[in-house]
Amino acid sequence: MSNALVDGNLLGIEGMTATEIEEILDLTDIFAEISQRPIPKVPALRGQTIATLFFENSTRTRLSFDTAARRLSADTMTFGAGSSSLSKGESLRDTVEVIEAYGADALIVRHPMAGTAQRIANWTDAVVINAGDGCHEHPTQALLDAYTLRQHCGNLTGLRIALVGDIDHSRVARSNVLAFTALGAKVTLVAPATLLPSSLTGWPVEVSHDLNAVLEETDVCYLLRLQHERISEGLIPSIREYVTDFGMNEKRANLLPSEAIICHPGPTNRGVEIDAVVAADPRAVILDQVANGVSVRMAVLFLLLGAGRDLIESPTAEGNK
Amino acid sequence: MSTVIHGGTIIDASGQQQADVLIGDDGRIEAVAQNLSGDHHLDASGCIVSPGFVDLHSHLREPGQEVAETIETGARGGALGGYTALVTMPNTTPTTDCAAVVEQIRTLGKNALCEIVPTAAMTIDRLGQEMAPLGELVDLGIGIFTDDGTGLQDPRLMRRIMEYSTGLSKRLGRPVILAQHCEVEALSKGGYMHEGEWSAKLGIGGQPAEAEELMVARDIALMRLTGAHMHFQHLSTAGSVELVRAAKAEGLPVTAEATTHHFSLTDAACATFDPVFKVHPPLRTDSDVTAVRQGLADGTIDAIATDHAPHTAHDKEHAFDLAPPGMLGLETAFSVALEDSGLDLPDILAVMSWQPAIIAGLNDHQGVNVQPGAAANLCVIDPDATWTVSGQAMASRSANTPYEGRTLRGRIRHTICAGEAVVVDGEAQR
Repeated sequence: MSNALVDGNLLGIEGMTATEIEEILDLTDIFAEISQRPIPKVPALRGQTIATLFFENSTRTRLSFDTAARRLSADTMTFGAGSSSLSKGESLRDTVEVIEAYGADALIVRHPMAGTAQRIANWTDAVVINAGDGCHEHPTQALLDAYTLRQHCGNLTGLRIALVGDIDHSRVARSNVLAFTALGAKVTLVAPATLLPSSLTGWPVEVSHDLNAVLEETDVCYLLRLQHERISEGLIPSIREYVTDFGMNEKRANLLPSEAIICHPGPTNRGVEIDAVVAADPRAVILDQVANGVSVRMAVLFLLLGAGRDLIESPTAEGNK
Repeated sequence: MSTVIHGGTIIDASGQQQADVLIGDDGRIEAVAQNLSGDHHLDASGCIVSPGFVDLHSHLREPGQEVAETIETGARGGALGGYTALVTMPNTTPTTDCAAVVEQIRTLGKNALCEIVPTAAMTIDRLGQEMAPLGELVDLGIGIFTDDGTGLQDPRLMRRIMEYSTGLSKRLGRPVILAQHCEVEALSKGGYMHEGEWSAKLGIGGQPAEAEELMVARDIALMRLTGAHMHFQHLSTAGSVELVRAAKAEGLPVTAEATTHHFSLTDAACATFDPVFKVHPPLRTDSDVTAVRQGLADGTIDAIATDHAPHTAHDKEHAFDLAPPGMLGLETAFSVALEDSGLDLPDILAVMSWQPAIIAGLNDHQGVNVQPGAAANLCVIDPDATWTVSGQAMASRSANTPYEGRTLRGRIRHTICAGEAVVVDGEAQR
């Protein structure tokens, strides 16, 4: 099945084909159904230990993975540390080897710096799932977003998606551009020039600095979180100016086609990327994204750790573990 | 005890000839002629005999970071790479910014397999705030000052140091050279690789080429103001090469070096996220690589340097952003130059031996023509031998070579340092 999954890890959307992504989304349907049951739990990963290694604070992603693991009956353990405390003394590899020694079958890694999940995968036999590495990738977010879009809009082919905001510092943007365009969507990046990557060579996207001009031709308006530190870094003059030009307010929401949807990876800055009144608009599917996140992560864990492995690799010979 | 190098082809700055070389027990060349004999015999048939290489840019980590490298191990690696002199960078602990550390390095270097030539910092502790005691250091024979590892940010202090250095040339007996690591930190801050297509794709903060070029341009402007002699270290961008080309055309007393990695590797290597490819200045683009090769070919760049920067595996086993920058170079430099510089063999020898020897002020005994009376600092190269790079197999205490697993052409067979055969048939003799 998936090339990105054949080596037993999920490190990024990079390298995945549309078919591979769609197969994960199809599998997600099963786990979405399980999540609807009165007792949303199956024994698929009983006896397996899943460790979340979060070198950066994230309540939501961790809770989502944790919930997914528990619904699959896996045991979970948690490691949280600032990356800076690791910069002296113990190396990243040392830390990973310690966690592995506790008996983890899978490592779910969140780190503030790019490439760490890939590095860790080189050092461990455990399954590695990238839960966000710096500004690089956040593949399960892209999968849950693609699933949400499929749920609301059907096929992504030809879907017009505007990704709005701090593209350059966003792993969500990088993974979503890869996933959405692989599935045939037309992606437009909408941002002030300072919040776009320094080079877009090879990115199959359009670029606009004018949100109003884009909205009428948009089926999905995907808003990214803006960090306040972008002002001290001199990337934008003020929150006020950003909100004026790129904030999703009621007036802008009315420019969207009536069947369009509004997405946000959370947590939202109310009054910055999105006004409260728009967040409450039925076209805003932010909570669907959250719910789908659990189902998608169940599918990914099942594929990489459970019977789903048989779908991506031939079973190992008896006693040849 | 005399040594004869038998059957090789000598290439030096004066040209090429087929002759044996007889080295006397005073460490000097006694004779260059056919059919010489001596107590020891070094076979050089099919090989090139060249003046030994001079590296303008080695980090040997001692004193202070001996876990990564020592003068002994670094010099051994240098000898295996054909070097007979290594110019060491002052970012030691403590910083090489005073007589005591210079003396310590020289003492440690006495028994090394290469001549060890310390440089000293331009500013105290390389902090870019106060001028180091340049006069005291010049009196010890220090001819190159650099804050390498960082560029000197403050243009006012740089101007003053440049002016001050011009007043020390008589004491040194030749122009004092200020060597700059060109990097405007206000632009490079938060960048861990070259800013461009790959950094955008990988989500790693980038250092724009302009961070280097602005400081090259600034220092060239200050050269006109002060008359100081400058050497630009590890030029990595097309724009920098062009600035130096124009400065040379203008007649300014400027020299420049390029590292082997800046003409053989690009930022695409960072896609592995392996910090073995993290280096400052960063690996650049294909067009920068082409420009560096062009700069070597047309004489804009005077020397190939290694920027040999050992780091332990433990220190590199971090996120790309956190790992220290730097890569090994001494044992691979010649082969990489032969493979990737685009230069002919005699031109490679020029930029690895006699041209850097002149910049380092060593040209009375390093990089000199192979003739009777000359100091015997030589290497014997088998240009057709191939070998496969292995960091573990290197003499360095570290293994962070970016060429791991690559099969390269050209191997150093023997190295003679001050008359002693320190490497014989690819093996260090002590």
